[in-house]
Amino acid sequence: MALATADWAARSRARSLRALAGTLVFLAAIAVAGQVGQVDFGRLLAGLPMAADYIGRTLPVLRAETLGADIAEWFWGFDLWVGLLLDTILIGYTGTVLGGAAGLLLSFPAATTLAPRWAVELSRRVLEFARTVPTLVFALIFVYAFGLGPLAGVLAIALHSMGALGKLFAEVHENADLRTVDAVRATGGSWTQAMRYGVLPQSVPGVLSFGLLRFEINVREASVLGLVGAGGIGEELYLSVRQFEYPDISAILLLILATVMLIDQICTWLRHRILGVEALRVA
Amino acid sequence: MTLSRTPLLFAGGLLLLALGLWRVDASPARLLDGLGKLGWLVTLMWPPSPGGALRDLLEALAETVAMAFLGTLLAALVALPLCFLGAGNVIASTLLRFTVRRSYDGLRAVDSLVWALIFVSAVGMGPFAGILALALPDIGLLAKIFSEAIESADRRQVEGVRASGGSRLHAIRYGLVPQAAPVMLSQLLYTFESNTRSATILGVVGAGGIGLALGDRIRLNNWDEVAFIVLLILVTVAIIDWGSRRLRLRLIRA
Repeated sequence: MALATADWAARSRARSLRALAGTLVFLAAIAVAGQVGQVDFGRLLAGLPMAADYIGRTLPVLRAETLGADIAEWFWGFDLWVGLLLDTILIGYTGTVLGGAAGLLLSFPAATTLAPRWAVELSRRVLEFARTVPTLVFALIFVYAFGLGPLAGVLAIALHSMGALGKLFAEVHENADLRTVDAVRATGGSWTQAMRYGVLPQSVPGVLSFGLLRFEINVREASVLGLVGAGGIGEELYLSVRQFEYPDISAILLLILATVMLIDQICTWLRHRILGVEALRVA
Repeated sequence: MTLSRTPLLFAGGLLLLALGLWRVDASPARLLDGLGKLGWLVTLMWPPSPGGALRDLLEALAETVAMAFLGTLLAALVALPLCFLGAGNVIASTLLRFTVRRSYDGLRAVDSLVWALIFVSAVGMGPFAGILALALPDIGLLAKIFSEAIESADRRQVEGVRASGGSRLHAIRYGLVPQAAPVMLSQLLYTFESNTRSATILGVVGAGGIGLALGDRIRLNNWDEVAFIVLLILVTVAIIDWGSRRLRLRLIRA
C-alpha cells in the first residue's frame, strides 16, 4: 500500500516535471519565434490601429436615405466582378477535373493492396511531390512557361490536386473488397480490367465525395491565383489593393466570400446525396 | 431514376470541362509550346544551387516557421474565448450561435494570401503582416473546431461539478476543458502544419518568409536557385509534419 502511494507520488512528480519542461520549451519557442519573426510588442500595438484604420477605410459610406444608390456605387463593377468570379469557379472546376483524372490514374498503382511494391513507392513519391509544392509555386512557374492568364492557374491547380486527390483515392481503393478483383482476374481479365470493373465501382462514392471537397478548396485557391497573374478575380483584387481603391476591396472580398460559401453549400448538399445513395445501395 | 440521370450528369460535367478548357484557351499548340518551355526550365533547374546565399535562405526559412508558429498561437488565443460562444452546451440561443458560426465560416472563406496582400498594404511589408494573415482565417477554423470539441464532451462530468457546488466557470474549467483539451491541442498542431505550408508562399506578396526569396528568384530567372528553394521548402514541411505527428501521437496517448 505504502509502495503504491510512493509509486503514485513519484509518477505524479514526474508528470508535473514533464509538464513544467513542456511549458519551458513552449515559452522558449515563443521567445525564439518572436526574435526570428521580428515581432516586438511596440510594433504590434502600433500595427493594430493601422490595420483597424485600413479596414475602416474599406467600408463604404451607406446613408439610409440613398441606400440603393450608395450600394450601387459600392458595387459599381458588379457585372465585371461576377464575370471574373464565374471564371474563377471555372478555373477551379477545370483544374479539379483534370487533376482528379490524373490522380485517379495514379491512385491504382499507389494502392498497397492492388499493386506491386515498386509501383506503390514510385507513384506515391510522385503524388507526394505534387501535393507538397504549394499551388502558388506551380502557378508562378507555369505563368512563366505558359504565359500570363488562366491556363497557368488551371494547370497549377490540376497538378496540386492530382497529388492531394491521388493519395485520398488510393486510400479509398485500399478499402475496396478484393473479391471482385479476384473474380475479374479469374475470368481472364487483365489488371486494368480488374481495376476498372472490380475496384472503381466500389470507390466511386468516395472518389466523388473527395473530388467535391477538393473543388471547394480549389475555388478558394483559384481566387488568389490572380495575384501572380494566373487568372480569375484575384487580378482585380490585386489592382484595387495596389491602387488603394478601398471600397472596391471590401466589395470584391464580400463577393468572393458569398461565392465560396455558395459553392460550399452546394457541394455539401451533393456530397450528402452521393453518400445517401450509397447508403441506400448497401441497405 | 438515378440510372437515367447519371449519364446526363456525366455529359454535363464533360461539357463544363470543355467550356473551361475553351475559356482558358488551352489549345494543343499552346500546351505543347508551354511544355517545351517547361522542359527547358527543368534543365535550367539542374543542379539546384543556393546561389551563395544559403545563410539568408535558412534565415528566411526560420522566419517562415516562426510566422506559422506565432500565427497559430495568435489564432488560438483569440479563438479560445470565441469558441465558447459557438458551442451549443454553453450558449443556448440558436440564433446567436448560428450567427457566430456563420462569421467563423466567413473568415475561412478568404485565403490567407489575400489577407496577406491586404495586411502588407495596411501594416507594411514583413513577417508581422504574415502573422496576421495566417491568424485571421485560422481564428474561424479553430473557433469552430474548438466549439465542436466542447459540444461533443460528456455532459455528466459538467453536471457532476455543478452538483458538487461548482460555479458555471468551474464547470467549464473542470468539466469541459479536460475532455476537450487533447482534441484542441492536436487540432492546433494540424493548424501549425498547414500554416507552415501557407507561410512558405506569403512572401510572394511581401509578407515575409522564404516566399519573398522564391518570388525574387523567379522574377530574375535564377531557376537553379528556385529549385533549391523549393527543395528547402519540401524538406522543412516534411520535418514539421513528422515532428507534429509524433507530438500528436504522444498527446493522444497521454
